[in-house]
Order: sequence, then C-alpha cells, then structure tokens
Amino acid sequence: MQLAERNRLRVRFRPGGLAPILVIFVVLLVLLGTRQPDFLSPPSLMSFLGRSAPLILLAAGQYFVIVAGEFDLSVGSLVTAQVVVAARLIDSDPSRTWPVILLLLAFGAAVGLVNGLITTRLRVSSFITTLGMYLILVGAVYLWSDGAPKGGLSEEFRRFGRRAFEDVFLVGRIPYALLILLAVAALAVLLTRSDFGRTLVAAGGNPRTAELSGVRVRHAKTLAFVLSGLAAAVAAILIGGYSGVSFQAGAGLEFGAITAVVLGGVALGGGRGSVVGAMLGALTLETLFTLMNFYGVSGALRSTVQGAIILLAVAVSAMRSVPAKGIQ
Amino acid sequence: MSDALPSPLLALKGIGKSFLGVRVLDGVDLDVVPGEVHAVVGENGAGKSTLMKIVSGGYAPDAGTIEFAGAPRRFSGPRDAQRAGIGIVHQEFNLLPERTVAENVYLGHEPVRRGLVDRRAMRERTAELLASIQESSLPPGSRVGRLGVARQQIVEIVKALALDARLLIMDEPTAALADNEVERLYVLVRRLQQRGIGVLYVSHRLKEVFDLADRITVLKDGRLVTTVPAADTDPDRLVRHMVGRDLSSYYPDRAAPDDPGPVRLTVHNGGNRKLRDIDLRVRAGEVLGIGGLQGSGRSALARALFGAAPFTTGEVTLDGAPVRLRSPRAAMRAGIAYVTEDRKGEGIVAGASVLDNALLAGRAVLPTWRGRAARTARVRELLAAVDVRAATEDQEIRFLSGGNQQKVVLARWLALGPGILLFDEPTRGIDVGAKSAIHDLVRRLARDGAAVLMISSDLPELLGMSDRIIVLRDGRIAGELPAGATEEDVLTLALGTVPAAA
Repeated sequence: MQLAERNRLRVRFRPGGLAPILVIFVVLLVLLGTRQPDFLSPPSLMSFLGRSAPLILLAAGQYFVIVAGEFDLSVGSLVTAQVVVAARLIDSDPSRTWPVILLLLAFGAAVGLVNGLITTRLRVSSFITTLGMYLILVGAVYLWSDGAPKGGLSEEFRRFGRRAFEDVFLVGRIPYALLILLAVAALAVLLTRSDFGRTLVAAGGNPRTAELSGVRVRHAKTLAFVLSGLAAAVAAILIGGYSGVSFQAGAGLEFGAITAVVLGGVALGGGRGSVVGAMLGALTLETLFTLMNFYGVSGALRSTVQGAIILLAVAVSAMRSVPAKGIQ
Repeated sequence: MSDALPSPLLALKGIGKSFLGVRVLDGVDLDVVPGEVHAVVGENGAGKSTLMKIVSGGYAPDAGTIEFAGAPRRFSGPRDAQRAGIGIVHQEFNLLPERTVAENVYLGHEPVRRGLVDRRAMRERTAELLASIQESSLPPGSRVGRLGVARQQIVEIVKALALDARLLIMDEPTAALADNEVERLYVLVRRLQQRGIGVLYVSHRLKEVFDLADRITVLKDGRLVTTVPAADTDPDRLVRHMVGRDLSSYYPDRAAPDDPGPVRLTVHNGGNRKLRDIDLRVRAGEVLGIGGLQGSGRSALARALFGAAPFTTGEVTLDGAPVRLRSPRAAMRAGIAYVTEDRKGEGIVAGASVLDNALLAGRAVLPTWRGRAARTARVRELLAAVDVRAATEDQEIRFLSGGNQQKVVLARWLALGPGILLFDEPTRGIDVGAKSAIHDLVRRLARDGAAVLMISSDLPELLGMSDRIIVLRDGRIAGELPAGATEEDVLTLALGTVPAAA
C-alpha cells in the first residue's frame, strides 16, 4: 500500500516536469519586483530578455546533448572563438557580415560534428571529448590572433545583439535578440516533438533499448552535438554584438548552460526533460543573477551559486528516483 | 557411499528463500562430507544459484539452518563465509587482471611485516599453495590478465585455499573451458578431494557430474527432489527427476497440420561466434519453439536473426529471397521483430512514457512528420488491443507491472506489422494472468500469418505453445521435436544424454 502511495506521489511530481522551475522563476520575479519595481516595466523586461537570449540559446543546445546522456563543455570557448574569428574576418567591413555569419554557423556545426564523432565513434566520454575541445579552441584562438583580438565587428553584425525595434506599442522596444531567440526556441520545440527529438530522448534513457528498436544512437547523439554547436554560433553572434570582442566573451558559459538545463529539470545522464524547461532554467538563472546584483551580492559568487544549484538539483532528482534500478 | 559417512562438513536443513513473495527455495536439505564432490543439478530456475549464494553468505535464508564444521552458522556476508572456510569459484572470475597471481591470491589479507605488505612472503606462500595442488608451473609473479581462462580459474581456487577453505563451491566451472582444459580441472578437483576439501559442484553438464561426483542432489522448482549416490543412478533417471510437472495451465490450440502456410524464413549453415551449423525453416502461421539450456545459443540465434549479433556465415532467406540481416534496422525493415528476454535492460526505456515506449520503433525506422497523428492513433489502438493497463498513456512505463510492460513492448513491434516475430522468454517475470494473455496473443499472431520463433526456459510453456521445437546445445541444433513431445525429450536433447531405448 505504502509503495503504491509513494508511486502515485512520484507520478504527480514527475521528474522533468515544468512545475518546479515555473514556481522558482515566479518566486524570483516577485522578489525582484518588490526590490526593484522598475524592473518589471515592459522596456526593462524586454532588455532583460534580450540580454538573456544567449544563455537561453546555449541552454537549448545543451538540452539536446544532455538529454541524450552526454555533456558539451566546449560551448563557452566555442563562443569566444567565434567572436574573435568574426572580428578578424569581418575587419569592420560591412559587406563581409553575411558570409561570415554563414561561416560561423558552419564552424559551430563542424565543432559539434567533431565532438559527436569522437564521442560516438572513438567512445571517448563526452565529458573528456568536449573538455579537450574546450582547451583546443582556447589555445587555437590565442595562437591565431597572437594574443590579442584583431579587427573589428561591423555594425551590421553587432545590431543583432544590441539593437531593437523601438517605440513598439505597449512593450516599448523589442530587441532583435529576443526575436532571434523566439525563432530558435520555436524550432527547438518542433525538433523535440519530431521523431528525431523523441528517439534522442529514448537513446539517452536507454541506449540499448533504443538501438534494438532501430534507433541509430550514434547518429542521433552526433546530431545533438551539432545542434549544440549551432546554438553556440547563434549565441556568439548575439554576444559579439552586445558586449563586443574579447577573449572573455564566452567564459564560463558552458557551466551556465549546464546549470540552466539541470535547473530546468533535465536529468543529467539523459532520458528525461524538456527543452522548454531548459530554456526556462536559463531565464531563471539570469533572473537570479539580476536579483543578486540588486542585492549587491558580489558577481564573484556566480560560479558558487551555479555549483550549488547543480549539486542541489542533481541530489533532488536522485532522491526522487531512488528505486530506479532500471535507469542508468 | 555406504552408511559409514563421516560427520558432515556442511549440513543444510529446511532452507527456504523468497524474493518479493516468490518462493525460490523451499525446505531444502543438503549435506557435504569432507573429501566429497557433491553435485547439484536442476533446470534453469530450479534454485541452484540461490542455494549456492546462501551457502557462500551472499543471501541469508528465510528459513532453515546452516551447520558448518559442526557448529550452527549465520553468515553476515560473503567475507564472513570465507573466513569460516567456504570458498566459491564463480562462473565469472573475480580477479584483478593488472595484478599478479600472488597479489590476487592475497587480496584483502596480505601478509604484513613492519606495517608493509610482505611481498616476498606473499609470493612464497602462493608458490607453496600452487605446489600443494601440483600446479607449480604457474609463476606467482605473472600478471593475471596474461593467463588463459583455465589458469585464471586455478588462481581463483588458490585464492580460496589461501583462506583455508574447507568447502569449495564451483559454479559451472567448465562453462568457459576448452575440452582439454576440462580434463585438467578434473585432476585438480580430485586433488582437492584428497586434501579433504568438500566440493559443491554445480553444473548443467551431466557427463561431468557423473565423472566427478560422489553424490548428486536434484532440485526442481526450489525443492529437493532427491539426493542419490552417483553410482546408483544414470543420466536418464536423473533427467526424469529434473522434469515431470503436470501441464495444468491452459495453452491456446496449436495450429492444425495444414494451417501453416508457405515457408517464410530459412537459415542454411548459419554461424557466428556463438552458433554453428544452424539450419532451420519456419513457415507462416507456425510457432517454432526454441529449447535449450542457458548459454546454449538460444538468445544468440534470436539476436543473429535480428541483426544484433549477425550470422557471419551461411544464408538466410525471407519468403524465398536471400536477405542480409546486418543490423536491427535491416531486420526491422525486413519485417522482423524481437522481444528481448532482458526487458528492463534492453526492452523498455524505463523513464519514458507508455506511449513513447510503444512509438519508439516506428519513430526510429519510419520517421514521419505529417503521418505522426495517424501513427499515434494506430499505436493507441494497439495498446488497447493488447490490453495494457496503465493509469494514462503518459505514465512512465517503469511503474507498470512486468506483464503490462511486455504488452507495451509487443505493441511497439506490432505497429510495424512484422511478418516474423522472435520472442525470447516472453513471459519471464510476468504474473499468471498476463502470461496467458501473451500466450493467446502469440498464437493469434501466428494464426494471422506471422512466423513465430519462441524461446522459453519454461518447459511446460515451450511444449504447450510450440508446433515444433528445436533444441540447441553448445551453439548447435541438437535435434528437433514434434508437437506433443515431453519435457524429458527436450531435456535429454538439451543436456546431451543418450536416451535409453524405449
């Protein structure tokens, strides 16, 4: 009887459901609103959403990798590399904007492809593969630019990250970044509902079952890394526009993205969670950082907070699925 | 052996054990005297392994007493049993391949001198132990990973001797050995015997049992059938002890002789690492039962046909045309479905919903965006048709009973409309009600024209469901039996004993 009771409870609070992250998000918003009522005014909210877009994009990309049971630690340095590469190639020449944007997308996809192939074909744990990629990209970018970023971004490139439609009815302004985010988010949601998205989750949940049901597990996982690389490329375009060129452009973003995904109820190890949860997790994390800012908490505590969130979220989900013997 | 038995080394009385309310051992008595080889035999699932785990401290019995060396014992764990003098050599070895023989032998109880491991003493004592069983040719300093299976087994045995084992349990010790190595093991066992060590010998292979054992205990369905001196019995009689249940449960009617249609699947000369010389044909509408012991190649056959561990030699034809089944996807495209025996490990995605589990194969092999609504509707119908009982279709499948999980897996495959279904232990771990529902389904699928291969360790099920039975042994087809065969027929083929003239 007791067991049935416990099962019922566990079903109601399904791990991977959206309820917990929504609650946390609303609580943080209320706290922010009471501390700083201005924050909730439409223009300020719109700017906040635009600022948060890169992390939300990275969280969406990271979602595909984590739900498939892998990690992508390379996105932070990939963003840095993309920004530095873009600045040098564009070299402030507006006519090069679009070719370089296409090149960045291809570069992101290629890095994802390499991550995916090394992980699935050479059977290197993705933690190590992407850590290696992270280090390789950091070093390669330094080498390529002789230690200091060269060139500059064109205004055409930067507008995606920092311009907005102004004087919009009701909301005041809509950043381009927000529109790009919405478009990508819509694509991501469609993808998770497609056969690819569903079989990817199954591959993360139980690769052996998936393989024996005809899923090409290695293909699917590789594609997940490619999606993460593409997300990093889009994020890099927004970050380059918003904060300009530096070797710090993408620093720490990989952990931000992983924290966001975990906070959004996606299980590390794969198999459950939604991309909407992951993106909400990123938004919640940004809200938390803003709140910390308003309360005058040192920015240095960010990584401590992220670490605590990861540990807490993983511990909570582990407690929930204690008898999950069949789950890896 | 006569009445003048020495006092027993080990005496079990009335041992009982249940798991989750299922009785796997019930009132088992067994004793071993010093210097005796006592064999324990029985079908898969008769309770041998559980009994051995109880003796070696792995499980605590629910009922009964264990007496070892004259004193009643209750082992708190394997280490406790080891310290008392009970060693066990598992089918799978417990050795560290990167360490030396001596290091493995003394793992966890290394001789110590002045607070440091005394390597020299360790090597010397290992050498002495090896000499005592006349295996001095094995150097104590060599790395275990470089030794062959037979010599690794010797290391396991010496490991037990280093702890002064007086009783040694050997669980299927020849499973991994080549034929000439088996002879050496015999010699070794006899030497242990001469030293007064009692040996509990678990094996499927009746030849070994008769070669080595002084006494034989037969278990069936967790109960003791008999304990007899080996000299007083023969393989035939032993087999009869191992089988013989009443076929009380109900099975759906078999196919009438002219029901089965054309030949759907043939295998000619099929072979791979685990299979050799496989020749078989299955007709549409027919249920072909696959019998044999665990490890005889039954699952390997299903996995070969499904492309999960493909045949490397031979030809397979489907409806008369040759096919190459190189991967599960290829097999699925050819219309083959495989219901695995390891439902939890590779049959379901435990954390995914009932619906997602049922949709998995269709999504993987026939991806579609526009047709997804129609496909989902069809899978819903199938879930209803196989009568899955779940709170909602969004419920995670791990909360369902084994029987309901199996029905979901079945729905997943039926969604592809397969012409050939491979069932590996389809009713293992499933309650009685769901069991007969699955039996009915299997028969209905055959009646609708599918060719069915069904593997089962449950002999009444195998006999009750199959139109024909093929029995495998050591990766080959040992023989074929018509409908109406007996458990004894199957077991005789599976064990490889020569049937007595009727």
